[in-house]
Amino acid sequence: MSTGNNTNNETKISIRDLKLWYGDFEALHGIDLDILSGKVTAFIGPSGCGKSTFLRTMNRMNDRIPSCRIEGEILLEGQNIYAPEVDVVQLRTHVGMVFQKPNPFPKSIYENIAYAPRIHGLVNDGPDMDELVESSLRKASIWDEVKDKLQQPGTALSGGQQQRLCIARTIAVEPDVILMDEPCSALDPIATAKIEELMDELKKDYTIVIVTHNMQQAARVSDYTAYFYLGNVIEFADTHTIFTAPANQKTEDYITGRFG
Amino acid sequence: MNKTAEADIAMHTNNDAKMDTTTMANDLNNTEAGKTTPSFMNEHKSPHQRKRERADARFHFYGFAAIALALAFLVFFFVDIIGKALPAFDETEVLATIHYSEAASKNYNKAIDKKMRGVVSRAWLRSLPAYMKAHPELMGSSAELWVLADSRVDQYIKQHDGHGLKSKHRRTVDAMLKDGKIRTVFNTTLFTNGDSKLPEYAGILAASVGTVFTLLITMLVAVPIGVMTAIYLEEFAEDNRFTRMVEVNINNLAAIPSILYGLLGLAIFISFFGVPRSSALAGGLTLALMTLPVIIITTRAALRAVPESIREAAYGLGASNLQTAWHHVLPLAMPGILTGSIIGLAQAMGETAPLIIVGMMAYIPEAPTTILDATTVLPAQIYTWSTESMRGYGERTAAGILVLLAVLLSLNALAVKLRNRSQQSW
Amino acid sequence: MNQHTIKRFEDELTELKEKVLAMGGLVEKATKRSMNSLIKQDSKRAHKVIDRDHAINTLEVEIDDMTRTILALRQPAAGDLRFIMTTIKVVTDLERMGDLAENIAENMLKTEEHPLTQISSLQSFSDLVLDQLTQALNAFSKGDLDDAMVCIEENQKVQQNFKSMQREYLTYMMEDPRQITAGLIATDIARSLERIGDHAVNVAEMVIYMVKGKEVRHVDTDTATALINE
Repeated sequence: MSTGNNTNNETKISIRDLKLWYGDFEALHGIDLDILSGKVTAFIGPSGCGKSTFLRTMNRMNDRIPSCRIEGEILLEGQNIYAPEVDVVQLRTHVGMVFQKPNPFPKSIYENIAYAPRIHGLVNDGPDMDELVESSLRKASIWDEVKDKLQQPGTALSGGQQQRLCIARTIAVEPDVILMDEPCSALDPIATAKIEELMDELKKDYTIVIVTHNMQQAARVSDYTAYFYLGNVIEFADTHTIFTAPANQKTEDYITGRFG
Repeated sequence: MNKTAEADIAMHTNNDAKMDTTTMANDLNNTEAGKTTPSFMNEHKSPHQRKRERADARFHFYGFAAIALALAFLVFFFVDIIGKALPAFDETEVLATIHYSEAASKNYNKAIDKKMRGVVSRAWLRSLPAYMKAHPELMGSSAELWVLADSRVDQYIKQHDGHGLKSKHRRTVDAMLKDGKIRTVFNTTLFTNGDSKLPEYAGILAASVGTVFTLLITMLVAVPIGVMTAIYLEEFAEDNRFTRMVEVNINNLAAIPSILYGLLGLAIFISFFGVPRSSALAGGLTLALMTLPVIIITTRAALRAVPESIREAAYGLGASNLQTAWHHVLPLAMPGILTGSIIGLAQAMGETAPLIIVGMMAYIPEAPTTILDATTVLPAQIYTWSTESMRGYGERTAAGILVLLAVLLSLNALAVKLRNRSQQSW
Repeated sequence: MNQHTIKRFEDELTELKEKVLAMGGLVEKATKRSMNSLIKQDSKRAHKVIDRDHAINTLEVEIDDMTRTILALRQPAAGDLRFIMTTIKVVTDLERMGDLAENIAENMLKTEEHPLTQISSLQSFSDLVLDQLTQALNAFSKGDLDDAMVCIEENQKVQQNFKSMQREYLTYMMEDPRQITAGLIATDIARSLERIGDHAVNVAEMVIYMVKGKEVRHVDTDTATALINE
């Protein structure tokens, strides 16, 4: 679908003056950001800076919070995803999400993968579905570990395997963008390394946006980094610059651990 | 330990030549001997520590005493009920000569010898003419049969005081006992008969069938409505003033006295919709009203216990509200919902107060065949029997309670089992 | 700059900087002392310089060890990372300068047999180089870009002086072949001084990287100035 797009530098998601309120509280104060296609973009910043909130606006997960109100535009390939005619369900098949805590469904590994393609009518049950399950699991580099136990519950896997299962589940619907909300915060270093390696692999086919509390992780996996502070993007640049010579003193203080 | 350490020190200090090593050894010995034992190893307890330990011990004692008291009550209750109920599972039969005569078909008392009148159950005798009509070939013959004894004889045989057996009958019974013409068998009457004005002929069949009918209606009405309401409130409804008001009211409904539901049922179902009084339908609907808040509250709790991460996972994959609730949330909440429903139904099963109001406390000897027939339920039957003065009803009351308890306990056990199944991790 | 949340890290960085400055001080002193020994023909001082070079070497090893530890344990980023990188580079430069000062002292000892005739030009040249070194160390100490730029700009003068001195010594040696040994010694001393100046420039360039995060190595002075003022 969006294969081989890491060679060009086209914008996948363009955010224009995005403001977000929870009730009366303004959580994001006009964000402008361009997410490049086929790249890994990392959001870093202290807790409560709005980076997770911002991530969730990109597949409209914030819609579920009744008091949440949004102004501004998020253009996914030029289309405003907050336009009234947008179908949120369809949007979420284009912009998938991986969560902080691995959350496989308490069903079999096979069912975890097959669920989304089935409800969206992408593939019929049978050999086609088997093939899709296998290819999704392969892309998430977990096939070899689970191929003999596809009918076992996904919840019986280890934390790192569960998270890769969740990634496989997300890519089963062939999204354009994968949002990751602190995907490794519940994992040990080895499992974390496997996910990071996987992200490097996945960015060939998908645009990845990751929120992380682990600055070293942002430095390791991302091509671009945005530093969020109190609902503003303080600095957005390529990761190399952010971690060696950031332009903004606030970024510098945060990166070097002089924060607060 | 201390003593050896002191000895060591004494030995070493005497040895001036090895002063340096002595000091070192002393240091070593000090720690080894526990001279620098930390305060938490003190052999002598401080007053503070002793006070704390006494408080702990006191608390242990109070807790244990409370549990022991509760257990004692429970044991007392079970011993009492079982002791009273056990005799009810036996009934006495007497060997009597039955004359299938023309006279007997008109006056059932004529069917047996005069001295046996008052020994044989009158209720059984009363059923004889109908039996004779059904079997005309018996006419004119006579047979010696084991027949149901009168309740007073039954009580006398079971050696209970206050059985009210007249002395002439007592003599007859004593004589028959000697001749082996009296036996005790398992009481099938209790389970095959409905209520009766004669204790030896009274059973729980009608009340049991009534209870099953009533509960079926309660279940069919309350469970779907309650579960759907809970799903709507929890998964779909917006959080606004209206839903909050509904929520508060549901919580309040669960707390109001059950007899008010009886009045509500009387007003709505019987007076307004014209549902027959005393029917299983009226009772079932009334109990459904009462059970509804319980089911809604427990179902909502079960839905809320499903981790948010599962919902997020489903939404993140592009599942709609309905798909999320139906495919993921509901299956996970199911054991909790079942538990809540069973507990709600068990509560309804033991309820009497609202049923008094809708007329289910009447004397109804026949088991109902439709939900519109007049019927009674087990707890009502138990209550009715408990108000009777005859000794025979006393043990039947206890037996009824035991049956009700057994059913309730098995329902609760089922609920616990389902709850344990729901405690799987995800 | 704000304090680090982790106090130990802050302390380590401070200690590291102090060590580098101490090492710079030792190098400065060694250079001065070796030149003084030459000017005053005092072999004692020259021996002192040679004897004390190991102090500089020891400091280099200590500082390298500290930077390694910090890199492994603290994963410094941004400004801290640039400081550590600068330290690693600067220490190597300083150690070389120490060796060069030692080389001057060794050459001084040779002048006892082959006295130099023209010391004054070497003296003024050494003043220039020492000033360059001082500027570089000041720049490192205060993170001062102006000092660093002065150091870099002075290098042109140093180079010119060095070239003219080389010509001067060549002339002497051609005029009087008996002066060839002394001339070679003088040229070697001048080269050592010039090299010290080069290392000082390296230090200054690293300081600019440390402060601004911009590379000014291997570019001309104008471009460097433009980059700094960006």
